[in-house]
Amino acid sequence: MNVPMSELYVLLPEIFVLVMACVILLVSVYIPEQLRELNYQLAQLTVIGAAVFTLGNSTGSTVVVMNSMFIHDPMSIVLKAFIYLITFTVFLYSRQYLQDRDLYKGEYFVLSLYAMLGMQIMVSACHFLTLYLGLELLSLSLYAMVAMQRDSQQATEAAMKYFILGALASGMLLYGISMLYGITGTLELQKLSAVIAEGNIDNKLLVFGLVFIIVGLAFKLGAVPFHMWLPDVYQGAPTAVTLFISAAPKLAAFSLLMRFLVDGLSGLHSDWQAILIILSILSMGLGNIVAIAQTNIKRMLAYSAISHAGYLMLGILTATKDGYTASMFYTIVYALMSMGSFGVILLLSRAGFEAERLDDFKGLNERNPWYAFIMMILMLSMAGLPPMLGFWAKWSVLNQIVLSGFVWLAVLAVIFSVIGAFYYLRVIKLMYFDKPESTEAIVANADMRIAISLNGLGILALGLFPQMLFQICSKVF
Amino acid sequence: MLVLSDFLILGAVLFCLSIAGIFLNRKNIIILLMCIELMLLAVNMNFIAFSHFNADIAGQVFVFFILTVAAAEAAIGLAILVVLFRNKHTINVEDLDSMKG
Repeated sequence: MNVPMSELYVLLPEIFVLVMACVILLVSVYIPEQLRELNYQLAQLTVIGAAVFTLGNSTGSTVVVMNSMFIHDPMSIVLKAFIYLITFTVFLYSRQYLQDRDLYKGEYFVLSLYAMLGMQIMVSACHFLTLYLGLELLSLSLYAMVAMQRDSQQATEAAMKYFILGALASGMLLYGISMLYGITGTLELQKLSAVIAEGNIDNKLLVFGLVFIIVGLAFKLGAVPFHMWLPDVYQGAPTAVTLFISAAPKLAAFSLLMRFLVDGLSGLHSDWQAILIILSILSMGLGNIVAIAQTNIKRMLAYSAISHAGYLMLGILTATKDGYTASMFYTIVYALMSMGSFGVILLLSRAGFEAERLDDFKGLNERNPWYAFIMMILMLSMAGLPPMLGFWAKWSVLNQIVLSGFVWLAVLAVIFSVIGAFYYLRVIKLMYFDKPESTEAIVANADMRIAISLNGLGILALGLFPQMLFQICSKVF
Repeated sequence: MLVLSDFLILGAVLFCLSIAGIFLNRKNIIILLMCIELMLLAVNMNFIAFSHFNADIAGQVFVFFILTVAAAEAAIGLAILVVLFRNKHTINVEDLDSMKG
């Protein structure tokens, strides 16, 4: 086999991350304990390097390489850029937390980088094999990361549940892929799309494969009724890992939906549209209602993630370019908000104390008005109140839904969003109107303080000028 | 002479067995891991059958990748199982209930 250098050049970010992850793995074994900072620095360097390579090769045109297995298109570049940004910030946020809990080892960074590599491959896949391998690389790294706190009963139990349900989802997805392969005789998404467009194949057979694929995708995205793993994993995993799971993999899950449903199976859009409508109504409803009953903020944010998965699907199910843009905008905004919220939880946690109960947020304004303000911005944005960024995200998907003629669906989405506002606003009420349970000062490194402030203010500032981010998304499709 | 549908039925039966095993089993996590392996093998059966009858080699290559991933998955699953047993001193599925809500 002969691979020209120009093809390898397209793969440079992935190759770089792979090599660096292996280097960090080796380095972390041999360096003495007092040099552990090196792992962190190398990991951050890797993310920055990957970003430079990806953005340095963004010509705006679509390139397909490696026997049409790997695609380098505008969507993959934008999603990768945000995956890098989020991974970089996640490392920054989790540093103190990991040091306090004796988890500040090479493993965390190596596994995160492998997970990031999996996401990069998923985002750039245009063949069932690369999609599957990217997904497994991401999932297997995440299972191990959840179980990394080896002496915690909750973390290991969460890891087991995540592993079993994740493996079940992969099995479903594979069964669907095998059916589509058998029916159409190809594993390439573009060829698959072409074969379906010819219209010689019985629709019932294709829908049989499609159903299995959607079940697998819904599991990975955490949509109801395939959401069972999500609350337990969010609650049980160490918060630094929850932070990672809650942000970057959502972007990868979005690209997974786009690659399968839009790139591969766009010919069946009337079939998957109906399924996605049901999934999104159930997710928005159950997510927002059950979140009200939670007393653990990590679990509450997990149900919030389920409801956001429902809103995310609204844009895709319109099957229009503007709809995809709206969905992508929503996903990116959600990932940034979720990253900020878990960042604040990490900030309030100290050695031997997890700020995971809602009561731990009581009177945050008296303890530290600035962090309370940041958390308020994030919660208002999650609830979708103007002028925060979250409002524009909700507005853009609802707008597309109405334009496609699903007015009833938009009304339902707004009703569930109003119900959901209750539990976000409750956090604000606890922070500003209740007496604090502890008066201990909140300490954090300067880089953490700056990053979390930028995260919160960015949500506010981008909310005032949403065009900047929206234009990036709309240029993609 | 065996035809394609025979293999597909075998694959479907294995797949249903594994799903039923995951949902009905309330005793032992190791059985869950076995069911997951069985599910991947059922998919492999499908791929090989399609690959043979469509005369396309790509399906068989895919099977090798699934086998490799299945091995990695089993390794991680068993590792988590060991850690879980150390913490809880049980591998009973019903005891995995410390988080609710």
